[in-house]
Amino acid sequence: MSNRATNILVPLVSVILGLLVGAVIMLVSGYNPLTGYTALWNGIFGDLYTIGETLRQITPYLLAGLAVAFAFRSGLFNIGVEGQLIVGWFAAAYVGVAVELPKIIHLPLAILAAAAAGALWGFVPGLLKAKFRVHEVIVTIMMNYIALHVTNALIKTVSDGGDRTERIFTSASLRSEFFQNLTEFSRLHYGILIALMMVGVMWLILEKTTLGYELKAVGFNQNASEYAGMNVNKNIILAMVISGAFAGLAGAMEALGTFEYVSSKGGFTGIGFDGIAVALLGMNTPLGVIFGATLFGSLKYGALNMPNEAGIPLEIVEIVIAVIIFFVASGYIIRLLLLRAANKKKEAK
Amino acid sequence: MTFLEVLYFIVPSAIFYAAPLILVAIGGVFSERSGVVNIGLEGLMVIGAFTGILFNLFYADTFGGATPWLALVAAMVAALLLSLLHAVASISFRADQVVSGVAINLLAIALSLYLVKKIFGKGQTDFITERFARYSVPVLSDIPFIGDLFFKSIYNTSFFAIAVAILAWFVIYKTPFGLRLRAVGEHPMAADTMGINVTRMRYIAVMISGALAGIGGAIYAQTISNDFGHATINGQGFMALAAMIFGKWHPLGAMGAALFFGLAQSLSIAGPSIPYIKEIPSVFLLILPYVLTILALAGFIGKANAPKANGKPYIKGER
Repeated sequence: MSNRATNILVPLVSVILGLLVGAVIMLVSGYNPLTGYTALWNGIFGDLYTIGETLRQITPYLLAGLAVAFAFRSGLFNIGVEGQLIVGWFAAAYVGVAVELPKIIHLPLAILAAAAAGALWGFVPGLLKAKFRVHEVIVTIMMNYIALHVTNALIKTVSDGGDRTERIFTSASLRSEFFQNLTEFSRLHYGILIALMMVGVMWLILEKTTLGYELKAVGFNQNASEYAGMNVNKNIILAMVISGAFAGLAGAMEALGTFEYVSSKGGFTGIGFDGIAVALLGMNTPLGVIFGATLFGSLKYGALNMPNEAGIPLEIVEIVIAVIIFFVASGYIIRLLLLRAANKKKEAK
Repeated sequence: MTFLEVLYFIVPSAIFYAAPLILVAIGGVFSERSGVVNIGLEGLMVIGAFTGILFNLFYADTFGGATPWLALVAAMVAALLLSLLHAVASISFRADQVVSGVAINLLAIALSLYLVKKIFGKGQTDFITERFARYSVPVLSDIPFIGDLFFKSIYNTSFFAIAVAILAWFVIYKTPFGLRLRAVGEHPMAADTMGINVTRMRYIAVMISGALAGIGGAIYAQTISNDFGHATINGQGFMALAAMIFGKWHPLGAMGAALFFGLAQSLSIAGPSIPYIKEIPSVFLLILPYVLTILALAGFIGKANAPKANGKPYIKGER
């Protein structure tokens, strides 16, 4: 079996196994898996409204997945997408409420603010990795909590002690009347176009620029890149900054499109962590991220329908997602089994 | 409040908040010393907290006052089983240990909330009735100053956590088992050559970390939150991870760091009623543990070096 085929088979097998485990859990706990998955299906594709909302949910997943994937390609594990997303969310919402400008300036400004905030949040672990060889996983985890507490405090300050900001001015909003009319007034917004554009941007950077070539080289082998005359430290920082900017944009989607405000949070949104799943499932390629984000965004939104229609707690979908990550991470064993199966077939011939 | 009163209030409450952190951080020390990164501590704590509360609610009538302690055992077993999943993935299946840890975290919270909703029909459990009792140590609590500080109306679990930390230090640094554990985490190939079963050592280490994280979670749930919901364990596992790093992968260091983080936590909660402290916005106290950990890693507060083979799967025969 070719390498390419197994690369695509591993995620597929993982998704199937994940759904199977979910079915078994439903069965054991006394629910009918068929009813459950039908409710999930209807929650994703039920009518135009749900399709619109599903697409809306996919939007931040695309960007969070890109963020994780981009860092992975440079050999870095950005587990801090969650924190970068939160600061991006706040930055975009703040720009959205603080000033009123013509749309043509206001909207890009708010989006850029989110990207800049996320980039800043990614810069810190990048710098520490480059200068002090500090492992980025731990720093980004810590940065997540710092982001959570700091934005909560800032929201309190901005809203005079309240726990959410005002609604952003329409001049900063991504909401789209066109999409709303198309999808029976779902919250689908123009962000999906931005997210898809960013998929192209990531592909462009990685495949068509010197920077992308260097980033990938550093990801493969730091020493070789160093001897080839590349500035490894600069590339590490840049990779984290760009990754953080993608994550910040994911926050902007929530701030300017879905919610149009930011409220203080008791815990994480989870989008950042699911971004890891999206990237892994998509094998860290831009196209793969689209598939990963579509799958997880759909599952996540469709799950909301499960308690109503089938009486099954929506956490079942989180379990499925966790199991899928688990299997994708254990790709080695699936590869081994696929290889054995292939060899057996050969022998049988 | 006078300075002494503040001290009498803050120190016991710091120890109170630190107890679960100590146990979970020690669990992390075992796992990472053997070379397995355990980001899943948070999830293992979640399962521990959930199982502890569930056991407590179901068996409070049967076991009475002993329930909280038995609940710790139940939590230990549950978290140990979940940690096996992490062990299988990261040791046998050569999975990326960080990714596997993330999966454990997602799985733990999803599974326990799923079961909570299935069993209780709502988002959180009822409140437990049998709790750990506070008590004052006889004789010792009569010592002036020190007695008030450390031995008055304190939880047994705090002593338990400190005892475990000291025991862990002894096991890791003074026994053959500990030597092997550290060898496996520093240079698995050399350890393998000397006849140490790397895989077995790592499995044992991850299971110990699961067991301790489970106990830590159950202690947290049964002393601090008293019920279980989606936000019961909200970053404590990661804070324990931070304590482990801040303590430089040393059991006593981790305990010290956990105590310090406990102090920060209790200050951020009790701060508004304490002079001087109330001038500081609580956000600084909330982020203090995380900022300190980053500074420690960057080498501003002594260099924190991870075990050499931490995070790398051991593949026999590979150079």
